[in-house]
Order: sequence, then C-alpha cells, then structure tokens
Amino acid sequence: MTLPLIDRESLGYGATVVLSGISFALAPGERVVLLGRSGAGKTTLLGTIHDRLVAARTRVALVPQDHALVPQLSVVKNTLMGRLDDHGAFYNLTNLVRVRQADRGLILPILGDVGLEPEAERPVEGLSGGQKQRTALARAFFRGGEVLIGDEPVSAVDERQAAVLLAQIAARFPSAVLALHDVTLALSFATRVIGLKGGAVIFDAPPAELSRGRIEALYAS
Amino acid sequence: MQADRITRGQVAALFLILAAAALPFADLSLAGHDPWDALRRMAMGFLAPDFAAVENIGRTLWLTLMFAIAGVAAGGIGGLILAPFYDHRGVRALCIALRSVHELFWALMLMQVLGIGAGTGVLAIALPYAGIFAKVFAEQLDEIDQRPSRMLAPGTDALSRFLYARAPLARQAMSSYTLYRLECALRSSAVLGFIGLPTLGFQLDSFFRQGDYGAASAVMVIYVALIASIRLWMRWRLAPLWVLAAVVSLATLKSPPMGGGAIWRFLTTDIVPAPLRTGDWAGFADWLGRLLTTEMLPGIAATLICAQIALALTGMLAFLSFGVIVARVAGRVGAAAGHLVLVILRSFPEYMLAYLFLQILGPSMLPAVLALALHNGAIIAHLVGRQAGAMTGQLRADAPRGATLWGYELAPRLFGPFLALCLYRWEIIVRETAVMGLLGIATLGFFIDSAVAELRLDRAMVLLVAAGLLTAAIDSISRLVRRRIGPAGSRALPHEARLRSGGPSYTTAW
Repeated sequence: MTLPLIDRESLGYGATVVLSGISFALAPGERVVLLGRSGAGKTTLLGTIHDRLVAARTRVALVPQDHALVPQLSVVKNTLMGRLDDHGAFYNLTNLVRVRQADRGLILPILGDVGLEPEAERPVEGLSGGQKQRTALARAFFRGGEVLIGDEPVSAVDERQAAVLLAQIAARFPSAVLALHDVTLALSFATRVIGLKGGAVIFDAPPAELSRGRIEALYAS
Repeated sequence: MQADRITRGQVAALFLILAAAALPFADLSLAGHDPWDALRRMAMGFLAPDFAAVENIGRTLWLTLMFAIAGVAAGGIGGLILAPFYDHRGVRALCIALRSVHELFWALMLMQVLGIGAGTGVLAIALPYAGIFAKVFAEQLDEIDQRPSRMLAPGTDALSRFLYARAPLARQAMSSYTLYRLECALRSSAVLGFIGLPTLGFQLDSFFRQGDYGAASAVMVIYVALIASIRLWMRWRLAPLWVLAAVVSLATLKSPPMGGGAIWRFLTTDIVPAPLRTGDWAGFADWLGRLLTTEMLPGIAATLICAQIALALTGMLAFLSFGVIVARVAGRVGAAAGHLVLVILRSFPEYMLAYLFLQILGPSMLPAVLALALHNGAIIAHLVGRQAGAMTGQLRADAPRGATLWGYELAPRLFGPFLALCLYRWEIIVRETAVMGLLGIATLGFFIDSAVAELRLDRAMVLLVAAGLLTAAIDSISRLVRRRIGPAGSRALPHEARLRSGGPSYTTAW
C-alpha cells in the first residue's frame, strides 16, 4: 500500500520556507534518491518524511548526516542504540554495563558486513570519519525496519565501498529514501529519483527515464 | 544592541560607589588591645611549625577528608538524581533552598536533631552541595550535543535515553566539576570544626586557645599540602575505596548520644514560633515584628554593608594582582611566587582566615572584610591570571612586557571576564559574610548563633530563612546584571567552560 506522506505542503523551519508545494508518497519496495545542490532542501524533505513515517507507525531506521553517535561509547554500544525502544529500561541499563551475548551475536555480523568488526570495542571518538559513518549505518542495520532514511549515508567512504554499502541497504530494507550527491551511485541504486532545485521538485521519475541533461541541469547555476 | 544595556565600567563604578557609601556605617576599628604583639607571636609560631602533635593532627586531617568525601559523594548522587528534573519548578525551588543555606547554618540546625556526630557533618555538606550539583549538572547536560538523544526512536524510555545518549557526553565535565567540589568540601569540612565537629577547625581552635601557634602552623601546612595535591590522591578508580573508607571511618565515629524523639520535637515544637505553640496568633505578629526590627533587619544591614565593602576590595585586589602570575608581567620567579601566594590564600576558607585575623585584630568587621577580600580576590586573580597567561602566547611579537603589558594588553581585554567573576562571587561573599556572624561579627549569623545558643530555635529558623532569601536575591540580581552586560565575559569559570557541539543543529525535530 502506498503511503501518502506529504500533500502539497510548504516545508521549512521557523518562518523560513525551504520547499513549497511539495507532495510525496512512498510505495513499498521503492528506493528513492533525492538529488540536488546543497541547500536545495534534501535534508528538510528527509526530515519531514521521517517524521511522517514515524507518526504513521512505520518502523524507520535513520542515518543522519552528522551521524549523531555518542563519542564516548564503543561501536557495539552505539550500534545497540538502534533498538533501545524495543526494550525496557532495565534491559537497556544492564546491556550498558555488559552487552548480552544474544545482542552481541546479532551485532557482530553486521559490523562484519560494514567492515568494522576489528573496531567493535573501540570508543567512537577515536574512529576515522568513514568508520563513524559505517557505525551509524550499522546502528540503522541493527534497528532494521520497513524504511531506511539516510542523509548522505555513504559520503565518507570510497566509491567501491559505497556501492557495497548501498547494495546492503537495498538487501536489508524493503524501502529506502536517501539523499546522495554521487549521481552514478544514485542511478544504480534508485528505483525513483527526485530532483530538487529552487525550493521545488524539478523531476520525479525512474532512472531509465532521466537523461544526463536533466540531471546536470539540477547542478547548473 | 538593547537600549537598556549597561556598560561594564558603569557596573564597576556602581559597586565602588555602593562600597564607599557603606564605609561610614561599617565598624572597621582595631579592637585588639595589642595587635602587633599578637601578630609577632603568631608569626614566630608560623615560622617554626611544630609537628610534635602530629598524631592528633593526622586524625583530624583524616576526619576532615572523610567528611568531605562522604559529603561530596552523597551530595553528588543527590544532585545527579535531581539534575534531569531541574526544569521542574518544584525541583528548582528545592535546589535553590538547599544551596542558599550555608553549610555551617545547616550544621547548626542539624545538631539540634542529630547531635554533634557524623550525620550532622555529612548532611551539612551534602544538602547544600546536592542543590549546587543539581544546578551545574543540569547546565552541563543542557550544553552537550543533543543530536544523539534526538536520533533515538520516540519510544525509547527516559532512563535509557539519559544513560546512553546524554550522560556519557557530559561525564567529562561532570567529573572535573566534582573534583572541584571536593576541593570546596575540604574547606567546608575544615570549617565545620569551628562549631564542634571533629575536623580541622576544631583542632585549630584548640591550638589557638592554648597559644600553641607552632602546632597550628603545622596543621595549616599539612592542610595546604593536602588541597594542593588533590589531583594526585583522588583518582576516579580509587573513588569507591575513598567512599568506603569514609563510610567506615564515620560510622565508627563516637559521638554524644541524643535523646529519643529529637527530630519529632524539633519539627513540631522547637521551630514553631513561640506564641503559636500556645495558639496566640495576636502575639505572633508582635513576635515577628520584634524579631524583624531587633535582629533580622540589623543583621541583614550589617551583612550587606560588610559584604559590599568586601566585594569592592576583592575586585580591587584581584584586578591589580592577576598579572602577578603571568610570567611576561612578573618574570618567571615572580610568577612562581605569585602562584604560591594565591594557592595559599585560596586554600584557606574565608571563615578560617577571618578566625585568624580576629585573633590579631580583635572583633570588628575588619577581619571579615580582609578575609573575604583575600580569599575571593585570590580565586578571581587565579582564574583571570590563567586566561591572561594563555593570552600572552597569542600577542604580537613586539608586545610590551611587565606592567605596561598588564595595563595596555591584558587589563582591557580581561576586564569583562574579571567583572563577570566578581558578580559570580558576589552571592558567595554575601553567603559567607552572613555566616561570619558565628565569629562574633554582627552579621545575620551572629543573631542565628545567639538564638541557637538560647535554644530559641523558632527565631533561628526565621533568621535562617531570611539569610537564605538574601542569598537567593543577590544571586538573581547578579544574574540579571550579568545578562544586561551581555554574554562576552559571563562564561569564564572553569566549570562553566562551554562544550560546543560542532555544526548547526537539525532544522527538523530529529
């Protein structure tokens, strides 16, 4: 069932309107990529989609642009934070003291998939930018759910790794909405591409229907 | 720019005028019959510290330490529990009430219920500290990066959210503040001895009564060494052991037993205003009126007169002397000597310094003013001087040296932080001035102490509330002035160093 999320609305923060006249619905199995220059409103749109999905009781996994990790905690514990709302306080607190074998058994394979197993016990503050980003992805993978929302989730890793991680997102989540800046990666991942420019949607189409020219027009000044 | 802004110069001038206006009303006479002789005998003793009584001193210092550790541990835990709820009006009011009453006043009241024992000493530190910890921890939790907490799914329970996504981020700031508080608690604990608890103040008082200045000097040397070396012996790994030691030491402390039902009698009879015990409501207004005119108002007036003069002197001392610890101003040797003097002055609590000066100068406001100005001046000079030291590295290569550097480069740049620190210490100075009444100076504490001595606890309670309200009022006036001056200089305290999160925050609510 397609979820209508935004219906001809203006989005922004405070009195500032970033996007106007926006509508958005998400069909199951869709992999949506948002393209546009920085400041085009990708983050605003992603935030709204996230909030609406949560309000509609959809299980969403989130990879924010700034990762929102706790620097003092280890990679495993940051990953664990993806599922805090599934348990009560007692379970979470005892896990904070010592991570249960059952949870560890689920987390370590995920860390293996994103190439972080050797770093499992290191505090996040000592990691490189790419490793932090992969921790944020691991947290989202551990959470699981119907939709992954990612704001530039592979911006800090090299192109080959980025393709592997995007393939994992596609395999682990029925649907995804991502903001990406790498057009080639976007076209190979997406089933639907939305181009944002000047506070409006310029196009919303499957990759096969998009010409190079239309995409390049997004980035022209 | 707001139209109602006041400049820093205007604020400083206002405080100087206030102090000058208070001078004619202050009793600053030399009351001692021969101050020079007292000073000479004391100086002789201090130049020859006598460690012969070290066994007694050792026990006293150990107990001073144990009371401080137990008080900070209990206060810290209390503050940690209250901090997440600090936005709640009731919690905030409770914390303000807890911290507006001085440790010595808490001890005076607790003694009526618990006797002169471990419980009184620990609670006298823990109760006001819990209020302070709650406030500072709440501020520190507000200043951390909020994004990890916002990222968590909405269904996450509050406790898990706090322990995973908030507490780890604030831990560093909290633990360094706790260490600073332990240093304060060592001072509080020592001072509690002056009203009878078995800590350093008690020992010092008895050595002074015997005229044994050598032994008193030894106590003070060890005490300064203890405070100066705090970072060496207080390690976080050792903290549980220290707390355990404190619990064991204090639990086995012998104290005079109290009769049963002391708490009940205290709450239902002792602190109920005398006329009300017999249901005499008409007499109550009379009672309150007399208390107001004969004790409360004179006490408040004397407290404010003494405090304002002390504050102005504090500021003058600090402003003129902060350069002393900057090597480019005073030279390497001079800066080292300056550091030593400031460390000594700020290690001794105001109350203890006032006690010392009282022995020399006799009872008047003079010892209190001097003690307050030297201790607080040393703290402000230390903090401003440290900023100045950091600043000298960034100055242009051909910047001047010595007093010229102080006058042209440092003093103008650091006037803002300096003034903010003075305003911050204002409340502390008023609080300490009130309590110095216990030494016989006619501030609020004098009337509280006399009421307690006459077992008129109902009067003591009303005066105590007045002292608390006075402190809280000064605190809010100070905050108001700091806000009016603007933010530039208002964040200079070590525990107020802000943790800034990188980058702008999210525009949407995640």
